Amino acid sequence: MSKNGVFITERDGMAVVKLDSGYNIGIPPGSCTLVERPAPQPSRQIDVVQNKNLPDLAIVSTGGTIASRIDYRTGSVTSQFNASDILTAIPELAEIANYRTIPLATILSENMTPAIWQELARAVYDEIKNGAQGIIVTHGTDTMAYSAAAISFMVDTPVPIVFVGSQRSADRPSSDNAMNAVCAAAAATSELGEVAVVMHATTNDDTCAIHRGTRVRKMHTSRRDAFRSLGLAPIGAVEYPSRKVTLVPDAVRRGTRTLALHDALDPHCALIQFYPGMSPELLKAYEGYHGLVIAGTGLGHTSTTLIPPLKRLVDNGTLVVMTSQCMNGRVCDRVYDTGRDLLNAGVIEGGDMLPEAALVKLMWVLGNEMDRTKAAALMQDDLKGECTRRSAHGL
Amino acid sequence: MDYKALGLVAGIEIHQQLDTHEKLFCHCPTMLREIAEHDGEFSRYLRATVSEMGEIDRAAKEEMKSNRMFRYYSYDTTCLVENDEEPPAPVNDEALSVCLTIGKMFGMTPVPQVHTMRKLVIDGSNTSGFQRTALVAFNGALPNGGLIETICLEEEAAQRVKDEVFSLDRLGIPLIEITTSPCMHTPEEVRNTAEHIGMVLRSTGKVKRGLGTIRQDVNISIAAGARVEIKGVQDLDLIAEVVRREVQRQQSLLAIRDELVMRGAVVDAVAGVEVTALFKETTSAVLKKAKKIHAVVLKGFAGLVGREIQPERRLGSEMSDYAKKCGVGGIFHTDELPAYGVTAEEVAHLRSYMHATEPDCVILVAGASEKQATCAIGQVLTRAKLALSDKPVPEETRKMLESGSTAYMRPLPGAARMYPETDVLPVLIDEARWEAVAIPELITAKADRFVAAYGIERNYALQLAASDKLPLFEQAVAEGIKPKLAVFTILSTATELRRDGVDIAKIPDQAYLATWHAVDSGKAAREAIPEIFRSIAEGSTFAEALGKLAPAVSREELEKIVKTIIAGRADFVQQKGMAALGPLMGVVMAEVRGSVDGKVVSELLKKEIAAATSPKTP
Repeated sequence: MSKNGVFITERDGMAVVKLDSGYNIGIPPGSCTLVERPAPQPSRQIDVVQNKNLPDLAIVSTGGTIASRIDYRTGSVTSQFNASDILTAIPELAEIANYRTIPLATILSENMTPAIWQELARAVYDEIKNGAQGIIVTHGTDTMAYSAAAISFMVDTPVPIVFVGSQRSADRPSSDNAMNAVCAAAAATSELGEVAVVMHATTNDDTCAIHRGTRVRKMHTSRRDAFRSLGLAPIGAVEYPSRKVTLVPDAVRRGTRTLALHDALDPHCALIQFYPGMSPELLKAYEGYHGLVIAGTGLGHTSTTLIPPLKRLVDNGTLVVMTSQCMNGRVCDRVYDTGRDLLNAGVIEGGDMLPEAALVKLMWVLGNEMDRTKAAALMQDDLKGECTRRSAHGL
Repeated sequence: MDYKALGLVAGIEIHQQLDTHEKLFCHCPTMLREIAEHDGEFSRYLRATVSEMGEIDRAAKEEMKSNRMFRYYSYDTTCLVENDEEPPAPVNDEALSVCLTIGKMFGMTPVPQVHTMRKLVIDGSNTSGFQRTALVAFNGALPNGGLIETICLEEEAAQRVKDEVFSLDRLGIPLIEITTSPCMHTPEEVRNTAEHIGMVLRSTGKVKRGLGTIRQDVNISIAAGARVEIKGVQDLDLIAEVVRREVQRQQSLLAIRDELVMRGAVVDAVAGVEVTALFKETTSAVLKKAKKIHAVVLKGFAGLVGREIQPERRLGSEMSDYAKKCGVGGIFHTDELPAYGVTAEEVAHLRSYMHATEPDCVILVAGASEKQATCAIGQVLTRAKLALSDKPVPEETRKMLESGSTAYMRPLPGAARMYPETDVLPVLIDEARWEAVAIPELITAKADRFVAAYGIERNYALQLAASDKLPLFEQAVAEGIKPKLAVFTILSTATELRRDGVDIAKIPDQAYLATWHAVDSGKAAREAIPEIFRSIAEGSTFAEALGKLAPAVSREELEKIVKTIIAGRADFVQQKGMAALGPLMGVVMAEVRGSVDGKVVSELLKKEIAAATSPKTP
């Protein structure tokens, strides 16, 4: 029996062959015979004409894809990233703005680093300085919340900086990429004036939520509506397909802040989650760190056995900040003895900051403030909406 | 009709749901639900994506003409995978095993490594916008000398509730797709092949039963026509009719083309003309509601747009199907007007406005927007050009209508609709696994065996071999129950009770066995079986059911009863003689309420009737 097909690749010792019917099958490579080798063809390129009368937006890509696919004819993953590619994939975007695109990185978001956050902050700053009326940052969803918090601290922005991604890959007809991108563009041209994450609000394709960059968290591994604001309602919403944007009164408005870049970060910081029975020995690994955020239990606790090594860290100059693994609610180390002992050891209460936002903030504070006492005070101040003064009910 | 002379070539694709415990790519049960039981709803849009070869599939592009929002119903038996909110689980190994078994039964070659693909389907029936499918085996043999080209393992689509609303209970049930080569040349051959494949599938005992669990797609062409794929023929008995009607349709379209050419018909319009104002005062509800009415002239088409091409279908129906892709409800054409509230005066006015002469046909579309109306006229022109072309039978996917006629669905999909399912790892089928696949006995072979071994009629034997009570039958025979008693109970008694509204599903196999043993040992009469089953179905245990029968009647008591009954009807017995046996049987059986075997009663009655009617000796 013989069959014709297109050899696609060899993987795990099997040749992957696409038959005329479109089906792929895996067969032993030895059973394939070369019939002909077609010359690679260049990808088709369609140029899309943009409407110059619409607001200017800059799309900064970090590897979270709005449009991507494998192209087996060229044999490579094409970086579907110029404006034409994106507008071809999502034509509605052309009705909203005029785009320019900045390919910053092509990484999976779990490979993000503070150094890339800094590059991102500079790119965003440059684009705003050059007249962009809004910024869209495409980003993998896993660490999008960290990056959004990082940019919140590093860039004082008069215009919206909107992070967007997709939970279901862009190569499927049901992907949330298109609706998220359209809503992100609508938010980026709106009256918003701060860093936000715009993603599906529910499982329906009807509304995207606008989340504050410092109060958002990925709360589900796979659902479209994985992103949730914690301790604060979303700061706005975008309806789909009408693209109507609504902002809550507390949302920072366009033009409120003056553009500034503070891109220093101190990456010698860590975030650890306490668990019952955690060995005090583990804390030794953090000796020499400039900052340490603990996601403690309940109101902000570790076991008593961890207090002496924590005190040693503090005494040796590490700024230790307590947050809670409860995610919802405020740390209070004045209720129980353990908490008081932690305070006596020099641990700082992190208020109702999310542990991840506290880590990023700590890097930023230590990068910008040399004085340890002032740095500790800054950690308890609300800089970019990461701390609330009051714990609202009903959330 | 001489189908061979017409060059009829047909192949079939059979889709059969597998009866596995879990769905193909998640761990939900393969259970269908009532729509009213849904406990969640959500809504989505779908958009065509490019294939790995860089193209958008033509069938998908067609569906994209209108951007529709789909609504889905979820249940406590569906999960985030059906909602397209979670990556798929690995391929269900039980389902893969069933496919391998069927592949081996047809003498096929398994694929060394099975790759799951995404087949683009954006009509809403799959939340993901694709149907996952994997090629499992090729090259099987059919009894008519034809070929089974491939076996694929696919996930079932969601069930359409209404319009754009779908129910997720069915989505993800494993489905085997069996594709034959175009090896059939008469409508009957198509039917017989489908029947044979169905029998082989049921022989595994691992396929779902009942309406909607098996669907046939038929590929048909005649020499001068084109390949058309007809989807969703559920009833085996309609297959041949579908083939006959498709041949008729293709012949009619060829004849229409010849007549159009002879008339010098042309399709030279490039767009429609707005005629909304002409229908300002119309009594047609459809036109009145429309925001934009567009019209176009098809020169030389008069009479042919309205000509029947198969029962209840006209060339106009084909144009209407094309136009519907833009979201309009259909079209009007002057071959069928005045009608539907459109007056003769309006038609005349329209014709003169459009400069249509007598041989011309004018088409009207009523759109909810300019865009919709323009799109619909474009589709009508596309279809009209096809009618006039070298290939007046377009290659397309069609759906079966109730009677066996068909309507246009979309163009035939190409290889561009296949994309690798990157979330599912390939599965190796090594030699050891293939060797270990056991081939079950065919239903037909089993039936032959039953006829020979138990003397059961072949018709019954076939039913039994295909019955899900077969294991029960085999156990009963092994336990010494008379085969005919078991067969009669399973196929006849139970069926009658079901038709009578008794919920026979509530009768456990153990109760069947206990009942047969009771009959065997004389504790119950054969005639009491329905009564026992009835009371078990109503909630009694077997012992209670048996206890509810009249208490066992002794030989002496029975003789007394029989004698009393005969004495009470002495004249009748004298008059009828042995012919009184039948009526008296009923009276006696009613008296003993099934607690005595009918055979015993009958023998006793015969004896007593004989005694009562024999001449009295002094």
